[in-house]
Amino acid sequence: MTDKSHGTGGLTFDKSKRAWPNEFNIFIALLLIIFIFEALGQLLPYMKGQSMLFDFNTKRDGTILNMARIKIIILQVSIIGIIALGVTQVIIVGGIDLSSGSIVGATAMISMSFAQTELVNGNPNPKAIFGSWAMDLPIILPIAVGLVCGVIAGSINGLLIAYTRIPPFIATLGMMVSARGVAKWWSKGNPISFPTDEYAAISNGNLIDGLTFGLFSDSWVMTQVFDGQNPAIYFLLLAILFHFVMKYTVYGKHTYAIGSNEDAARMSGINVAWHKVMVYAMAGMLAGFAAILLTSRNVTAQAGMGFVYELDAIAMAVIGGVSLAGGRGSIIGTVLGAMIFGVIISGFTYLKLDAFYQEMVKGGIIVAAVVLDQWRQRRAAMKA
Amino acid sequence: MSDEIVLKTEDLTKHYGGVHALEGADFELKSGEHVAIMGDNGAGKSTFVRQITGVEQKTRGRIWLYGDEVNFAGPLDAREAGIETVFQTLALADDLDVPDNLFLGREMTKWNWLGPFRLLDYKRMREATVAGLERTAVKIPNIRNTIRNMSGGQRQCVAIARTATFHSRLTIMDEPTAALGVQETAQVENIVRQLKEAGEPLILISHNMRQVMDLVDRIIVFRRGRIVANLDRRETDGQDVVAYITGAKTGADYAGAA
Ligand SMILES: Nc1ncnc2c1ncn2[C@@H]1O[C@H](COP(=O)(O)OP(=O)(O)O)[C@@H](O)[C@H]1O
Ligand SMILES: [Mg+2]
Repeated sequence: MTDKSHGTGGLTFDKSKRAWPNEFNIFIALLLIIFIFEALGQLLPYMKGQSMLFDFNTKRDGTILNMARIKIIILQVSIIGIIALGVTQVIIVGGIDLSSGSIVGATAMISMSFAQTELVNGNPNPKAIFGSWAMDLPIILPIAVGLVCGVIAGSINGLLIAYTRIPPFIATLGMMVSARGVAKWWSKGNPISFPTDEYAAISNGNLIDGLTFGLFSDSWVMTQVFDGQNPAIYFLLLAILFHFVMKYTVYGKHTYAIGSNEDAARMSGINVAWHKVMVYAMAGMLAGFAAILLTSRNVTAQAGMGFVYELDAIAMAVIGGVSLAGGRGSIIGTVLGAMIFGVIISGFTYLKLDAFYQEMVKGGIIVAAVVLDQWRQRRAAMKA
Repeated sequence: MSDEIVLKTEDLTKHYGGVHALEGADFELKSGEHVAIMGDNGAGKSTFVRQITGVEQKTRGRIWLYGDEVNFAGPLDAREAGIETVFQTLALADDLDVPDNLFLGREMTKWNWLGPFRLLDYKRMREATVAGLERTAVKIPNIRNTIRNMSGGQRQCVAIARTATFHSRLTIMDEPTAALGVQETAQVENIVRQLKEAGEPLILISHNMRQVMDLVDRIIVFRRGRIVANLDRRETDGQDVVAYITGAKTGADYAGAA
């Protein structure tokens, strides 16, 4: 009975061969980074023992957590995090998307121009793009326009990549430049402002309060956790949705399969070209949704919106363990990657480092994440 | 062995630009029969397989499966028609586990109204995988393991178990044991014997003379894109086959071939 696995056809379960999920490592990295910042807060003399995430003394927000900062960290990464959910799928399918930031810019301008209100304080909207026919439209319209814009841009990426065999890097680089051009051309470079109240409420309202019919309006959770956090709530809901999609649907399985071995996927009868179009369209749609949240939050749209968001989104995914070689990674990983990204960026603000240091370090994080991924790939290749 | 013809090709030809990889192949496989295809590297064996399985589009010629003429648009068509193939370059996705690979492209699903977002029925696929592996006595420590973490032999067994899991009308294996050790090779050969007992027809491409002599009924020799011999295993021997492979001999019926 030395060889129990024989004849049981895979029923045996070798615990030693069970992989430790990569997401655990990333979560531990997140905790470690938080710990480092907290330690620096205690050690650096000029910080005077401040804590980043905790607030033991005043308990201002009714907990020992510094809710204000935690909310800012989460809010900061939410909109780019939503883009990262799409970018994750693109990278898993074996591609890359450099156009998401520009798609945000173009979509921001276009959808905002259908979200304007006719009268501002009784005067005609000074930033009006279209005539009164496009004013005070039902909120569903600018949202639909924004999502459709994203889908169109993403589909163009996908069609170029799948049917002309241009490398994804080049195709989406072209889209990055062109979509930014569209953003600037749309209103001749002018910002588009003064949306309807409903549009502004997409990001600035309290979604959970609305969904619970205001029953818990005065509760601690509602005032301290969910208030002003709509983008974060959308991020969380979409992350859960796409976690499910990637793990439990045919779409998700084929995305992993193509990124893992495109020829095998093709020989198995998967329509690889069409699947890629779907994935890039999905990424475009998520970028479009991010644009809606961003313009709603800022109650204005500008042609430069979303600048280099694509790199932040890619960094979040790669930090979260999504392999640039394709086939590996997860939505949970990307959400953790987004958190790490957010903690590092606000950690630098907390340590009172100047903004230009932040940018330099951000560049460093992106490179470090890619180096880490290369290292993981080499290790995986050695195992195989 | 009945006389029903499982697979028949006539004048099957494939040119890659100027390369005549396969030229005028006439081939027949009878019900329950196991046939080996032998020949040097580059002789056109894999090309022949790719034309029958719809992976590539033939330049010329006709193919019949169980009497019906077929024109596969892609590999899925061939698979749906009942041809299961273990390709020489393993068609496995490294980052997926065993059931995922077995059912890749033909997943068991529920909630099919969701279209591309229909749900995977993991439980049923796992059960079918375990059943398939049991039938072939393939040893895999943990089917939830990704293919990346498996040995060459285990990978090959997964690819072969895939053909055995689905009820196939014709199985094709392209050099299934080329990269395997002795024990792993024996395991693959056991699967082949089981197919024989079950009366399932097989085309086996192999360089291993002992294996071919042990397993098959008939040997077809390819040389430079052409079929040069069609030998009954009982009426030939290793030396004879090698003579055909190297070109020292050419079958009587194939005198016109190069
Ligand atoms: N996609 C292709 N393009 C051009 N030539 C090819 C292609 N595939 C195979 N060939 C050529 O066709 C010939 C037969 O190859 P193949 O069928 O793979 O041989 P075998 O499997 O018998 O070793 C070889 O000369 C090979 O170089
Ligand atoms: Mg070959």
